[in-house]
Amino acid sequence: MAQVLVAIGGLILIGAICWWFFAKHEAKVGRATMEGDHQVATVVVNGGYTPSTVVLKKGVAGSVKFEMNDSTACLSHVVFEQLGQNLDLTKQKTTTVTIPTDQAGEFNYACGMDMFHGKVIVK
Amino acid sequence: MRHLTSLKRFWLCLVLTIPMLVQMVAMLWGWMMPAYNWVALITTTLIIIIGAWPYWKSAWAAFLQHNANMNTLVAIGTAVAYLYSLFAMLTGRAVYFESAAFITTFVLLGDAMEERMHQNASGALKKLLDLQVKEAEVLRDGQYVKVPLDQVVKGDLLRVRPGEKVPVDGQITSGTTTIDEAMVTGESMPVQKEVGDLVIGATINRAGTFQFRAQKVGADTMLAQIVEMVKKAQSSHAPIQRLTDRIARLFVPTVLIIAILTFVIWFSFLHASAVSAMLYAVAVIVIACPCALGLATPTALMVGVGRAAKLGVLIKDGEALEAVNKVKTVVFDKTGTITVGKPQVTDVVGDPKTLALAASLEDASEHPLALAVVKKAQEDGAALLTISDFKNVAGQGVIAKLAGQEVRVGSARLMEGLDWPAALKNQAGVLQDQAKTVVLVAKGTAVIGLIAIQDVAKPGAKQAIGALKARGLKTVMLTGDNAQVAQAIADQVGIDQVIAGVLPNEKADHVKALEEGGPVAFVGDGVNDAPALTSATVGIAMGSGTDVAIESGSIVLVQNDLNGVVRALDLSQKTFNRIKLNLFWALIYNLIGIPIAAGCFVLWGLHLSPEVAALAMAFSSVSVVSSSLLLNRTKIQGD
Repeated sequence: MAQVLVAIGGLILIGAICWWFFAKHEAKVGRATMEGDHQVATVVVNGGYTPSTVVLKKGVAGSVKFEMNDSTACLSHVVFEQLGQNLDLTKQKTTTVTIPTDQAGEFNYACGMDMFHGKVIVK
Repeated sequence: MRHLTSLKRFWLCLVLTIPMLVQMVAMLWGWMMPAYNWVALITTTLIIIIGAWPYWKSAWAAFLQHNANMNTLVAIGTAVAYLYSLFAMLTGRAVYFESAAFITTFVLLGDAMEERMHQNASGALKKLLDLQVKEAEVLRDGQYVKVPLDQVVKGDLLRVRPGEKVPVDGQITSGTTTIDEAMVTGESMPVQKEVGDLVIGATINRAGTFQFRAQKVGADTMLAQIVEMVKKAQSSHAPIQRLTDRIARLFVPTVLIIAILTFVIWFSFLHASAVSAMLYAVAVIVIACPCALGLATPTALMVGVGRAAKLGVLIKDGEALEAVNKVKTVVFDKTGTITVGKPQVTDVVGDPKTLALAASLEDASEHPLALAVVKKAQEDGAALLTISDFKNVAGQGVIAKLAGQEVRVGSARLMEGLDWPAALKNQAGVLQDQAKTVVLVAKGTAVIGLIAIQDVAKPGAKQAIGALKARGLKTVMLTGDNAQVAQAIADQVGIDQVIAGVLPNEKADHVKALEEGGPVAFVGDGVNDAPALTSATVGIAMGSGTDVAIESGSIVLVQNDLNGVVRALDLSQKTFNRIKLNLFWALIYNLIGIPIAAGCFVLWGLHLSPEVAALAMAFSSVSVVSSSLLLNRTKIQGD
């Protein structure tokens, strides 16, 4: 009896994992706030990037602030491939990355091992 | 708590595992620690708080975002072992605290070592930046004063004493010296510099004091640009990485499913006890951490690109690095790439006055051949003679008068009707067969001497081409020169195929045509090479070249030396092979490790406890990073 229950329970759990991780889930998009003549978007780093996508307005000097709330090695670096930036987030609580906003485009970023992804959209 | 590094956490946890380690060893002699369960409970709880809690927290935050990563695996593995042991202790069953404790400790060890090595791998860049000086001696209000480097502006006059580093890029205005440029160009021989020569920031002044005018400061200096380029390349992606990007998302949930299946199969179908089924499932979760897979490419890329920069080879990104490996043909531009780019006088035959006479006539001319003659005369210290009635004969040469006597310098056509000794005629034929341009010198009614001029091949070109051919590559030379001269140079250095008489705008078309026989690398340096550099699979720009060429190339050779091409190819190949090896190792490791951990081979006595699985996992990340670091030590051809 216990064996059967465990088997059923296992199957349900597998189904739940598939749905939770593989099904499409809407991701929130973050907006920048103005600080003087400068726009800043904040990304909280904790088991991933929240929000993982942030939008900056074109033509306004902008940056993305990474707020580090995670102390595992996984998320210790953030890499902006197109900008050639590889930043250590563990040195200080928040790390600011300046984003060129002179033209519309997308800048992808990822953790040092390329397991977590996010992007900055300029439009 | 948050400011503790992985290394500190590891040491704390290691100390806390000591009682459990002692018990494990003592058990072999049948000794039981009094109140062991309580000792294990307390130490493990501390370990969970210090070591495992950050993973739990990160994993939970990731879970809420529908993400799963290596932290998820660590968290589930430790949580299951710890919580089950709490339950077991309350109900009087056997406990497995040591599993939770050891998993945490070993995972921390892996993280700490990886952090360390990551720093080592990115160290090359820091070393480059450290080359810069902090202060410079600048002329201000008629006096040389020391100012911080960031206050030096374009146009400043700076002074550099022997043994000091050149602060910024510029041009020498007074003084002569020798400069060691090894740190920027990789060239080991010190270079002679005099007024008018360019100096590079961060190179070391060896012999004399000199003044120079700053031309490039701050982010414009060569060093700053090299650093920028290396930085970009190190954080770039190689196309091969797309594989791991795709796997990463599916990997962890898949492992969780395998772990559940492991538990269900052992418990429900093979009638194992719940405890041993659980241990198998935990071992699967722990061994499957995808760290090694994630580290395989970026670490190798970082080390390879950094090493290349030290050798004067700047690889712009991972894509270029991967593309170079597929190259079948290397196409060279002739002038300035295979040859020095400055025609030189190679032979002077006949009357001892030949050179002085020719130089006197050519002194006013701007023609490249004339410049070569004048330069040779200066080197030999030949005094110029006073001439009059200077007359230019288009496409043929120059006629003038020297002390009332007619003198001529130019081609054979200009000498028609003059007396031409047979010996000299023979010599001219021999020189022309060597594809040297022969200039004749006549005085009065007779030809008195010949000057042979040639754009000579760079020293080392032959050796470099030989090394490329030894790698099984086809070498091609592309040039606008006439076929005879081109073929002679090609024969000297050992080029396989010559395409001569190419107009500058046709270079790219020829490169495209050659690409039908496989990927092509194009090596060039001039403005007119830019289209060819861009259309080739891999564009290799020579450092002495123009900014446009450097911008167009995907690999830049800082040193104006063809051995750089060999070095670039060898380094790219070694780095790429290392990436493949790393990926293979990381994948195989999981492919073998997971079934063993799941207990597939128990019948043959092969299985892993969760602790050993954790140790193996830590070891796999470390071995991949070490393998990348070994790239720093591999022998590079042409180095």
